[in-house]
Amino acid sequence: MMRPRLERRLAPSAAARWGGYGVAISLALGMGGVVFLLAGADPVAAYTVMARGAFGSLHDVSEVIVKAIPLMLCGLAVAVAAKIQVWNVGAEGQLVLGGIGAAGVALFLHPYLPSVAMLPLILAAGFLAGGLWALLAGVLRAKLDVNEILTTLMLNYVAIFWLEHLYFGPWRDPMGMGFPGTAMLPENAWFPRLPGTRIHPGIALALVAAVLCRVALSRTRWGFEIRVIRESPKAARYAGMRIGRTILWVMFLSGGLAGLAGMAEVSGIHYRLQQGLAVGHGYTGIIVAWLSRLHPVGIILTGFLIASVLVGGDQLQTVMHLPSAVGLVLEGTLLFFVLGSDVVSRYRVRWGAPHP
Amino acid sequence: MTLSTLIFVLSITIQSSMAVLFASIGEVFTERSGVLNLGVEGMMLVGALSGFATAQATGSLALGVLGAMAMGGLLALIHGVFTITLRANQVVCGLALVILGTGLASFLGRPLIGRVGVRFLPWPVPILSEVPVLGPVLFVQVPLVYLGYVLVPAAWFFLFHTRPGLNLRAVGENPAAADTAGIPVARTRYLWTAFGGALAGLAGAYLSLAYTPGWKENMTSGQGWIAIAMVIVALWNPWRAALGALLFGCVNAFQFTLEARQINVIPSYILRMLPYLFTISILVLITRLQQVRGRGGAPASLGVPFEREG
Amino acid sequence: MAAIAVRLKGITKRFPGTLANDGIDLTVEPGTVRALLGENGAGKTTLMNILSGRYQPDAGEIVVAGSSVRFRSPKDALRSGIGMVHQHFMLVANQTVAENVALGLEAPRFLLHRGRMEREVRRLADTYGLPIDPHARIADLSLGEQQRVEILKLLFRNANLLILDEPTAVLTSGEIAGLFATVRRIVREGRSVIFITHKLEEVMEIADQITVLRRGRRVADLAPAEVESRRELARLMVGREVVLGVDREPVPIGDVVLELRDCSGSDRQGHRAFHHVSFAVRRGEVFSIVGVAGNGQTELVSAITGGACFTSGQVLVLGRRVRAGQPFAEERVGYIPEDRTGTGSVAGLDLTDNVLLTTYRRLSRRGLLPRHAARRQTAELLARFHVAAPGPHALARQLSGGNLQKLILARELSKGPRLIVADQPTHGLDIGATVEVWRELLRQRADAGILLVSGDLTEALSLSDRIAVIFRGEIMGVLSTSDSEALAEIGPMMAGVRQA
Repeated sequence: MMRPRLERRLAPSAAARWGGYGVAISLALGMGGVVFLLAGADPVAAYTVMARGAFGSLHDVSEVIVKAIPLMLCGLAVAVAAKIQVWNVGAEGQLVLGGIGAAGVALFLHPYLPSVAMLPLILAAGFLAGGLWALLAGVLRAKLDVNEILTTLMLNYVAIFWLEHLYFGPWRDPMGMGFPGTAMLPENAWFPRLPGTRIHPGIALALVAAVLCRVALSRTRWGFEIRVIRESPKAARYAGMRIGRTILWVMFLSGGLAGLAGMAEVSGIHYRLQQGLAVGHGYTGIIVAWLSRLHPVGIILTGFLIASVLVGGDQLQTVMHLPSAVGLVLEGTLLFFVLGSDVVSRYRVRWGAPHP
Repeated sequence: MTLSTLIFVLSITIQSSMAVLFASIGEVFTERSGVLNLGVEGMMLVGALSGFATAQATGSLALGVLGAMAMGGLLALIHGVFTITLRANQVVCGLALVILGTGLASFLGRPLIGRVGVRFLPWPVPILSEVPVLGPVLFVQVPLVYLGYVLVPAAWFFLFHTRPGLNLRAVGENPAAADTAGIPVARTRYLWTAFGGALAGLAGAYLSLAYTPGWKENMTSGQGWIAIAMVIVALWNPWRAALGALLFGCVNAFQFTLEARQINVIPSYILRMLPYLFTISILVLITRLQQVRGRGGAPASLGVPFEREG
Repeated sequence: MAAIAVRLKGITKRFPGTLANDGIDLTVEPGTVRALLGENGAGKTTLMNILSGRYQPDAGEIVVAGSSVRFRSPKDALRSGIGMVHQHFMLVANQTVAENVALGLEAPRFLLHRGRMEREVRRLADTYGLPIDPHARIADLSLGEQQRVEILKLLFRNANLLILDEPTAVLTSGEIAGLFATVRRIVREGRSVIFITHKLEEVMEIADQITVLRRGRRVADLAPAEVESRRELARLMVGREVVLGVDREPVPIGDVVLELRDCSGSDRQGHRAFHHVSFAVRRGEVFSIVGVAGNGQTELVSAITGGACFTSGQVLVLGRRVRAGQPFAEERVGYIPEDRTGTGSVAGLDLTDNVLLTTYRRLSRRGLLPRHAARRQTAELLARFHVAAPGPHALARQLSGGNLQKLILARELSKGPRLIVADQPTHGLDIGATVEVWRELLRQRADAGILLVSGDLTEALSLSDRIAVIFRGEIMGVLSTSDSEALAEIGPMMAGVRQA
């Protein structure tokens, strides 16, 4: 009986990979259409509303950029770790910690600091806080070989509860007028905005981080060690590379990037700690990272793409009264299809007898 | 603490542990066959929603449970197709499944939020529920809990004392050897992956039809992930998985009791962190213990796609 | 039990790029041991995989007891009484002996009666003189014991024809004697055994009939009595006058590059692996450690090159002490590991990265790695060492075994090493690549001292100035290859008899 078989290619095929993307995107759009139909909406109308919502006006595009900033940073965070097969699912919690760190420094240290020093300091605080939070899981993984997916994930929940505890409790703004959150950060801790929009220097952070990551991974010693460790830990040990230490650094950097995202949200959008900080950027970051195959430049583009899906989804809610969670569904589906298409680039289909 | 309080707390312990119990037993079977399915959280949510929705629509709790199990199994099969046949990365597939499952459940469940529907009621077991202390604790629960009592020993017996169980374990440890012995590796993995999904769906249905009846977004609050952690803590053994689930239930009951009694020694948000901190601690403890003893680790072929040579 | 004859007629099997079996005929009479002899890559394992049902032939037929059969799976073949013990055991490490024997059996269908299973396994094991504890975990057994379980599996299923693929590769000499005894017992009952090997001495000892394969074809079929000399067998295997050695000119001996003083160490499980090992290697000489696999060589090499497994004593590399757990990557030491695909190279990275693997620290300036320079260096090395590859951008996975080894050699030698540690450097290579590697190692004597670890006595004798024999972790004695009387002691030393 002739049955198709998957046979490994010796070298992955780039053409197949791009072709696979095309197929994946089409399939995902198709699936999305099905979901719309299930919810009783016309797919074409729905997609149009989404597109118009994301790109209809300059203001809309600026909102997409704003939404993309934390996605890009979290995507970079996940990607950097994934490069050595360390799965940082905790970007959400590290983002929150970054926000807490930045807000904490701004709220409580501002009387002692010169105005100029505020922004750089809270930037560092955000990075450090996120980095250390990730390092907790990193140490457990490097020293004790504890599964980092589970630890980073559990720490997400802990971080979110800590955040809520802080802005409902000890850090609550006494003049909050019923809207739970901390006091507003002092103005010298606010990111400036592009006039007319909410775009803040977080975008520069994301772009610079992406470039630095790219350079580091492809041209430095450290990047080389990461490549080797990922492909073959045995060979890495043979070559004298310290795997444990690399894992620690990578986790710290990864958490730091997510922490920067948190700091940017607090300093650029909310100006305080409140509900709305932990809305899933960390998890979406995983999708962004994987859709762009862990490539830093791809992450910038994919971050933008996913942000447009999310902004478009919000429009759907307003205009067509469809739950905005459709964005999540689309992303999950797209990820699956991309994963599936990935197979095509690594294997080829052979028709033949099932046994060799 | 009075006796009635003790009974209350113990009873809550049992109730809080069931969802994690079902899901982790299911995942034990899946991982024992060599497939890592991280999508438990997503499958549980979908199960919770479909269980509730089906029970609402048909008025039958039994159909609700079956519906939940079917949906959980279906999602797991999707995972299976991508990981077993297409040999995609199992970690990312599982994560994608969580995101997809969460999104689907949120999206389709919107109209059902806040609706009051059918629910399981505790059914006291005749005679056994009269036993002092243990009676009310163990035998005055919803029928799904009794199912759980039976599931654990049955799972253990099946795994270690039957041929299908032997085959399942062999496929997860050394698929090449199982293949040579004539055992269909892919088919076995599909079967047990779907089974794991069905149990995750069952766990979800328990939540929406018994424990916290109704549908609420993200009503699983990470219990799917805790179940996965428990599989590791249990060293892939059903009895220990039950123990782990019970311990989790204990922490939950403790937290619940403090909140209900309004004992404000520990701030409420910090209290809510406890189950997650507990999970991390016990995970670290068991991993360390297992390294020191050097035995009983993960199935050797967990997460590794099987390709027949040649 | 019926005495069954098995015949293979005109078996042909093609793989992409090679003709593995070309019209091979083979007959196995009941009650005999047939040795299947040939070099690596001659097609022996492929042929037996076909006979045991794992592969399907492209042409030809299998005849069992007079009727033509087609096996779709190893289970099919077992039903006809044919089973195989592979080089890599098909055992589930985490399960017990009894569970492994029971795996895949038709009965019992649902409930396993573990107690009964274990009793039956023990009974069978005793019958055949294969002492084994049915309750033991496979992972806790030695390789020799695991092999017994594999044989037991076949006997349990009433196999009439047992195929053993390179069974002595993992055994100590004591266990080899035990294996031969078992084989003789099996054959006395009227069953048959096919013994795949490339070792000439074994063939002469155990076989009733010898079939020689070369490059996929059967080239000879004879009885041991008809064999004139081992040299003749070797020639049949390889096809031309076999160069059983290379020219080794004397070279002046210099200072000490590696010294071990009373070293002891253990394996990863904590069992003692080697003890009280002392020797020194000097520049200009080749010093070999020979022994059957599993006598402590792996742990010794690991201790010398990375410090793991090391519990007492001193290891001095180029005069500096090696500390436990500290690898000495680079630094004028070339290390060619035994596992060339998993450890010595990275299959999924390109050749430039693979060359950088142990040379990148030297090439990096202030943290940056100049890729262009690295690529140029790689291209140079590929040319100088005649490595057949599409270029520095090719993946390591695309290279053949011989070329990969040459690449690794090139990389290690490019460091200008003063000490070279070569662990089984020609394992699995064909004769052409082997001789190239030998010649290159000898050439290095001008600048370096070479520690060679080998299970191949021929290789050690051809290359070395001195040979140390290791047995159960102890050095039994050190001999000079110029002393032909002493060389006669090597055999006994490998079996544990200490040099007087």
